[in-house]
Amino acid sequence: MKKVMMGNEAVARGAWEAGLHVATAYPGTPSSEILESISKYPEIYSEWCTNEKVALEVATGASFAGARALVAMKHVGLNVAADPLFSLSYIGATGGIVIVTADDPSMHSSQNEQDNRHYARAAKIPVLEPSDSEEARRFMKIALQMSEEFDTPVLLRLTTRISHTRTVVNTEERKEIPIKKYEKDFKKRVILPMNARTLHYKVEERTKKLREFANNFKENKIEMKSKDIGIITDSISYQYVKEVFPLASVLKIAMPWPFPYKLAREFASSVSRLLCIEENDPFIEGYIRQLGIEVEGKDKVPMVLELNPDRVARSFGVDYGDPVEVKVDDLPPRPPSLCPGCPHTGFFYIANKLKLIVTGDIGCYTLGALPPLNAIDTCVEMGASITNAHGIQLALRAEGNEDIKKVVGVIGDSTFFHSGITGLINTYYNGGIGTVVILDNRTTAMTGHQGHPGIGRTLMGTPGRKIDIPKFIKGIGIEHVYTVEPYDIERIEEVLKREIARDDISVVIVKGPCVLISEFERKAYFYVDEDKCNGCKLCLGVGCPAISMEGDYSRIDKYLCTGCSLCARVCPFDAIVQKEDK
Amino acid sequence: MNTVSIVVCGVGGQGVLTASDIISIIALKGGYDVKKSEVHGMSQRGGSVISEVRFGDKVYSPLITDGMADYILSFEKLEALRNLTRLKKGGAVISNDYEIKPASVLMGKFDYPLDIIERIKSTGVELTLVDGVGLALEAGNIRTVNTVLLAALARKLSFEKELWIKSTLERVPKKTHEVNRKAFELGYNL
Ligand SMILES: Cc1ncc(C[n+]2csc(CCOP(=O)(O)OP(=O)(O)O)c2C)c(N)n1
Repeated sequence: MKKVMMGNEAVARGAWEAGLHVATAYPGTPSSEILESISKYPEIYSEWCTNEKVALEVATGASFAGARALVAMKHVGLNVAADPLFSLSYIGATGGIVIVTADDPSMHSSQNEQDNRHYARAAKIPVLEPSDSEEARRFMKIALQMSEEFDTPVLLRLTTRISHTRTVVNTEERKEIPIKKYEKDFKKRVILPMNARTLHYKVEERTKKLREFANNFKENKIEMKSKDIGIITDSISYQYVKEVFPLASVLKIAMPWPFPYKLAREFASSVSRLLCIEENDPFIEGYIRQLGIEVEGKDKVPMVLELNPDRVARSFGVDYGDPVEVKVDDLPPRPPSLCPGCPHTGFFYIANKLKLIVTGDIGCYTLGALPPLNAIDTCVEMGASITNAHGIQLALRAEGNEDIKKVVGVIGDSTFFHSGITGLINTYYNGGIGTVVILDNRTTAMTGHQGHPGIGRTLMGTPGRKIDIPKFIKGIGIEHVYTVEPYDIERIEEVLKREIARDDISVVIVKGPCVLISEFERKAYFYVDEDKCNGCKLCLGVGCPAISMEGDYSRIDKYLCTGCSLCARVCPFDAIVQKEDK
Repeated sequence: MNTVSIVVCGVGGQGVLTASDIISIIALKGGYDVKKSEVHGMSQRGGSVISEVRFGDKVYSPLITDGMADYILSFEKLEALRNLTRLKKGGAVISNDYEIKPASVLMGKFDYPLDIIERIKSTGVELTLVDGVGLALEAGNIRTVNTVLLAALARKLSFEKELWIKSTLERVPKKTHEVNRKAFELGYNL
């Protein structure tokens, strides 16, 4: 049947058709919809895991016991899961196991644009790259097949434009695959050095076989047209190439590692001019150069940010598109911001006011770094807030600096479970004195409101067990644990001042639901009493998108206002008042 | 058929993705190859949102870059101008006559441009400015703005009107079918 499907939905569909049994993931844009889509197929057991390493390990266990398994994550998630990945390469697959990585060229929602094709080479596992949703569906099935046939985990690499583009898919029915019988296999699954040495030889043998396979793999395709120009390309770049160079011959690489040397040499020798067009790193280009073949590639095609028809055309001086001429470079930007009533705002307002040194983390709350809040000093990767804060305090301690008492690490609830816990235990164990703030908005907001261990609802909709964050932290042995309301900034200020002054580790939990989830209760809106407003603009300091200056007075958009009261609390003239009835 | 390229744009939360979804489903029902890009995650929190729909006999790039678009359907005026260079000469803009001030304007760092309409018109493209809110209220529900705007695009494309109405109604609550039908007529008969 023909359907329009997002790449992520198509991966889910392909996995279902291939008889998948178990799927795991930690959410992350642009990968999150893969598991959300899989959870709608009752034949597949699916779960949100606490982080990517955990997700890959759970999927690995399922493969050990003979089930077909999939694990999905965004590109940086694979860094977290890299440790099991490299072991799994040696161990191989019993039930087929596919790791889906969704890379994010242009960093639409990410901290870097790492190119995860490198992981395939480093871990010595094959990687497949679909160029649209139909291929995403088919390649998912091929990947599971290959995994079992070659006894290897397989990487399926998507990018934002594959994951989040809807294209036409021809769906097929599910084929049930029986779960293989569990058998103990010491030499394969216990990678003690003595076993690992043997396994590494097997990996190199496997790579040889895969290389042969690559040269004959029918998805590595030559589309012969003009002999004047030949283009080697992969993934979404293939679509831009077809758009901009309709007459060129194309070698479409579906499996960039192991690289199909023979096929590439054959193609290169049949055209007079050779181009290589790929996003981010010169991965394929490197292999072409290894063959001693001249190629035009990253000397012309940008390495930074995603490609598109315009960039591909301009790289080679091709005229493409006939745009209207108009000045648009002076327009006011419209970056994302915290929502009206966001429970994260109050803490950042106070952190800014107290001029704290705030180590940040990753989530919606990273937006607290932007003006007017300007309240975050650092953001590295998930979990780094608590550990960076500890490190900063170590440096300041050596200097005997007073600033040591201003350091606060801030982390979201989902991120805390993902990778904050180990850092917190480290600070506690080593006698650190930092203050950690957990912004508990009862969800994983940034990536689309997925559940996590603090919520007690599983991906498949069954009630899960729920972890009580303060109880958990007290269980570690940390004595000073306080929970505050998100809009009560007087109290937040009081507690923060007290806790940063303390010569001991403490945790402050700012708890209130995200405005975009059903738990949130919208209240009557606030408005500005112009008789009292003196136009001081202090209320603009909370950075609420509902508040603006209208002439001499500030104004609140009553449709956007959620009634959170933050602006009223910062107004020194009591000029912001709540509408009586709803 | 040559590929038709439509940029749908607006501000996070306005329903840009639902609108582009409806267009892509209609194109599929019309027997065409379709591609549609969208933006998720960080970029949705009140930021600019763009979704691109392309359909034809065979569509390659899902992205519509400078000079490729036949139509821009914008839910907000400033966003129409922001994306205008994607339009090819001879293309058409359909924009909601509606302003949402970005944070940079609310905080007084920028002024909301007053010459948006002049700038669009200066390029010589066809501009249809739609009083989305007014027509939606006339239809009986302010939340039918998107239906009004979609209808304003629909009358420029070759698909059957009934197909548009049916596909739109499939995406809205049952009890709003009557007002949405009315809203569609108002946008279609501009
Ligand atoms: C290793 C890694 N995995 C996943 C992500 C994607 N991601 C960004 S923020 C985030 C979680 C945010 O949830 P939370 O900490 O609860 O903060 P909120 O967005 O709710 O404020 C995720 C999963 C990432 N950036 N890095």
